[in-house]
Amino acid sequence: MMPLFFLVSNEYSMYIYDKHDKRLIAERVAQYRDQTERYLAGNLSDEQFLPLRLQNGLYIQRLAPMLRICIPYGTFNSDQMRKLASISRDFDKGYAHFSTRQNLQLNWPKLEEVPDILEELASVEMHAIQTSGNCIRNTTTDQFAGAAADEIEDPRPYCEIIREWSTFHPEFAYLPRKFKIAVCASAADRAAINLHDIGIDIVHNDEGETGFRILVGGGLGRTPVIGTEIVDFLPKQHLITYLEAILRVYNQLGRRDNKYKARIKILVRAMGIDAFREKVESEWAALKDGPSTLTEAEFNRAKSFFVSPDYKTIDANTSAAQLKDQGLQNKTFGKWLERNINAHKAPGYASVTLSLKPTGYAPGDVSDRQMEAIADLADQFSFGEIRASHQQNVILPHVEQSNLLELWEKAKELGFATANIGYLTDIVCCPGGDFCALANAKSLPIAEAIQRKFDDADYLYDIGDIDLNISGCMNACSHHHIGHIGILGVDKKGQEFYQVSLGGSQDRDASLAKILGPSFSTDQVPTVIETIINTYVGERTDEETFLDTYRRIGLSPFKEKVYAK
Amino acid sequence: MPNSIIIDGNIAEDLWILVGKDATEIPAGPVILPQALWNESKDSLSDRGQVGVWLDSDEPPCLIEQDLESFAVIAVNFGSFMDGRGFSYGRELRDTYGFNGEIRAIGSFIRDQLFYLKRCGFNSFALEGSDQEEALASFAAFSDSYQAGADQPNPLFTRR
Repeated sequence: MMPLFFLVSNEYSMYIYDKHDKRLIAERVAQYRDQTERYLAGNLSDEQFLPLRLQNGLYIQRLAPMLRICIPYGTFNSDQMRKLASISRDFDKGYAHFSTRQNLQLNWPKLEEVPDILEELASVEMHAIQTSGNCIRNTTTDQFAGAAADEIEDPRPYCEIIREWSTFHPEFAYLPRKFKIAVCASAADRAAINLHDIGIDIVHNDEGETGFRILVGGGLGRTPVIGTEIVDFLPKQHLITYLEAILRVYNQLGRRDNKYKARIKILVRAMGIDAFREKVESEWAALKDGPSTLTEAEFNRAKSFFVSPDYKTIDANTSAAQLKDQGLQNKTFGKWLERNINAHKAPGYASVTLSLKPTGYAPGDVSDRQMEAIADLADQFSFGEIRASHQQNVILPHVEQSNLLELWEKAKELGFATANIGYLTDIVCCPGGDFCALANAKSLPIAEAIQRKFDDADYLYDIGDIDLNISGCMNACSHHHIGHIGILGVDKKGQEFYQVSLGGSQDRDASLAKILGPSFSTDQVPTVIETIINTYVGERTDEETFLDTYRRIGLSPFKEKVYAK
Repeated sequence: MPNSIIIDGNIAEDLWILVGKDATEIPAGPVILPQALWNESKDSLSDRGQVGVWLDSDEPPCLIEQDLESFAVIAVNFGSFMDGRGFSYGRELRDTYGFNGEIRAIGSFIRDQLFYLKRCGFNSFALEGSDQEEALASFAAFSDSYQAGADQPNPLFTRR
């Protein structure tokens, strides 16, 4: 039993830096400060500075630089959130944007101030390392990790082991293209492991031992591909050596002549999974059981950072009954409970999703004041813990059910209580042509127009679960290929048009959406979405979600209605 | 003025002659030969003692795997500094094949890659376009590393 004085509010369940981490992060800041100075002095060319700044999170965007701050596997705390708020106020315009890979983006930092921002981040054990560039990016996972009722283990210790291995990896900083790893340990796949360069599924074998089912070569972008299994059960001690073997094969054989064919998915498809696996196994033979083999001590060290908070002992039935009553008495609260709550593994607790998708605001955007308000809510209701989801919402992972009503009331005042999680208006959306230099078209105004079209809460409730993803270009930052409805901005002779696709899914039954037909003008999009929804409502059986109906009837009925003259 | 290179953290005169891919004759003296030329002419070079060989970005170490004992130096060319294949070649040469001689980076790599190159088994650097003396500071960018490398076979987790 831990002494009581030890249980101060800042005992977060998250990775805490030791002296090694602190020193390495400080050295990174100093390195980048020197590189920035040499660039500004004209001693580093634009071309040479490019990968250096990208691997410190800095893009040069349409209107200004953009800095992508890493939130390792989406886990952070109230102190860190407050620091992010003050950074966005002091170095930017007082707001920031949650990305689709559990990171946070600043839209207006000054290039010459980025080393100072990185130093501020380091003071709360944060950084922007490898959030861009042709390297191994932030490892992502379930936003409910460590709390979800359906997980077999907390995936974060494994994510942390991968983070340490991939950070400043000397061999894999100049890969053919970016490289993304996602980890999942639950029945529902909330990390989209089928759609990453490497997807890791934590599994237990018949003996109860932990291992990994590893998928390789999934991804979105121009050529969306669902990952293929390369190994069905990798004993856990081999995780790092096996990943290293995959990366070494990719680094050597991945295409470098065409950036659109440079991702590992293209290599795996060109070689075939069997030949690719053979190459990996051959590289692995030299690494297997070597010094990078993980030990029980290392697993225990990693796990020690993610202990459960000090939950109260609560009778689940009493708590559930009370909540049900509250929901019946207050219908609006009841609807919020249905949408914004995820089942927790501790009796009497719940994970709460604060919606960053109220109508009229850019999806995923938060102001400095809102960030501070979220930090306060986290301290009051969730042991100071916060999560970022790849759907661009913010989660309070460990909330007592008996506190949900109070939390909801506060969240409502702050504008985070839109009961739309998983609904059509919970739109995943990139910054698009308003901000991003790569975009072919704007995405934010499309999101807003759709939200305005579907602003009736009862109607949304009736439509049910729909993932709507809007990307401003083929790079697919908003994963339009795996939205039940996907919208892609395209450029046609200088005009913005939007291609609509249907039937994507990011869950275990992952599927890629199919293009409906010719693209639409900005003004047409909301009506097209409405026609698609009406078609679904007309065709569905009682229990069917949009995706169910689509899978049963296919694309044609939607197409006929949308393109009817 | 002789060419200088960085070797084992010091600046030294480069004694090797780098032979280009289009060369038809092998000059006298210590030469670093392109991989293809080495493989064509290795039988006639037995009286030269140890020589050097260089690999281009698309020439993996398996092409010279059988002859490693013949080489005093193996150079890896970076056609572009963004082409990271050479990093893996370094590790394969050092770690997988256990090559103990000089592994040299040549071509378009930049000063800011020195630390990672060293971790991948490179110990000599024909660095161009930057002041070599100033560039030495880049070897000390980090005092330690999380993961294993050719310079430190034991990852940090075994040493925490």
